[in-house]
Amino acid sequence: MIHSKIKHISFYLPNQILTNEDLGVLFTEKKELIYKSFGIKKRHIREQNQTGSDLAFLAAKDLFSEFQDFDKSKIDFLIFCTEGLDYKAPTSSSVLHHRLGLSQNCGCIDMPMGCAGYIYGLSLANAMIVSGNATNVLLLVSDIPTSVIHSQDFDLRCIFGDAGAATLIQETENEGIGKFIFGNDGEGAKNLIVERGSTRFPIDEEWIEKYKGEPQYLAHGKMEMNGLEIARFSLQRVPTLLEETLKKNNLNFEDVDLFVFHQASKFILSALQRKCKIPKEKFYEYYENVGNTVSCSIPIALKNAQFEGKLKKGDKVMLLGFGVGYTWGGTIVEWA
Amino acid sequence: MNIQEFISIIEEEFDEVEKGTLTPTSSFRQMEGWSSMHALILIALVDNHFDVLLTGEELRGLDTIQDLYDLLASKKA
Repeated sequence: MIHSKIKHISFYLPNQILTNEDLGVLFTEKKELIYKSFGIKKRHIREQNQTGSDLAFLAAKDLFSEFQDFDKSKIDFLIFCTEGLDYKAPTSSSVLHHRLGLSQNCGCIDMPMGCAGYIYGLSLANAMIVSGNATNVLLLVSDIPTSVIHSQDFDLRCIFGDAGAATLIQETENEGIGKFIFGNDGEGAKNLIVERGSTRFPIDEEWIEKYKGEPQYLAHGKMEMNGLEIARFSLQRVPTLLEETLKKNNLNFEDVDLFVFHQASKFILSALQRKCKIPKEKFYEYYENVGNTVSCSIPIALKNAQFEGKLKKGDKVMLLGFGVGYTWGGTIVEWA
Repeated sequence: MNIQEFISIIEEEFDEVEKGTLTPTSSFRQMEGWSSMHALILIALVDNHFDVLLTGEELRGLDTIQDLYDLLASKKA
């Protein structure tokens, strides 16, 4: 029986930083609330014109330099997950494939997904490997939410940051990536959405006039979030997702060594930790220095948990992604 | 849970509120520093203690702690 495992993770954070002091200058009345409400000290922001694929490229370069024993010509499938694709066509993964100098015997696919994107990416990588169709899959995820946030939107500017992450998934004989749970409820689409900037509602003259004071007049669109509904969705859905993921993998709650959820926000994570009765020492949180990095939040958290010694070989880690869509997914990974 | 216990939990959760200052007729909207974040905290608190997930609309239709308590009591009945 062929299995797949996570072999290596690297991530890239852009150099430009937005601190609470910076935000405090813009939102003087709410200055004191920033850290208290969001638990975030800083977020990394892309350079203007830097796209999701640029951040993914830099994360992949970091992976190749951290993991020099690996011959990148062995990569036989590239998955690129982002909500900020470079072009309508061709796929951004094709462009990345060329920039990274990968073998021509490597399939490429884009996945335009957000908060649950890493879980779906892992599931696709796993499926390619266990079906015998690939042996080394490079999963790149990156997001640039700050490109679609209005400069005066306090909550969103506090919460989100940009990032890219690269994960190498390999064939193995041992247990590695487990079974998946997926779910979707498109009725929630309106509660977290990027308005305009794409095919259904392109920007028009009125939009340009309205947002001419914003960087690039918000040509990529404008994110709108109903925070209350997103929190309700998370509280309603995630505890069930947790139970379903355990059951699908024939595990008990106590068998899980570490829980790594999408790092949505301090509020959502602490409410879920309480509701799911997860012991604090098993619940990994990593948002203080990066904010919510959308599809990158889980791999960044995994890498840091490993670095801090909280994730060791043989540990069973539960990964749950949930949000924009609404879309959700969960799996268990035995850490290799 | 009686209403006094419910009030104690709210006071515990909202660190801006001084303990012993809330009563059943207190309007939670008038509480010190009330914001959309507090609505979230209240929804999570109610979910945690009563296993009831209030909608934003339900919360908007309420004013005092008594109103909220009565709604929860009717939902649990």
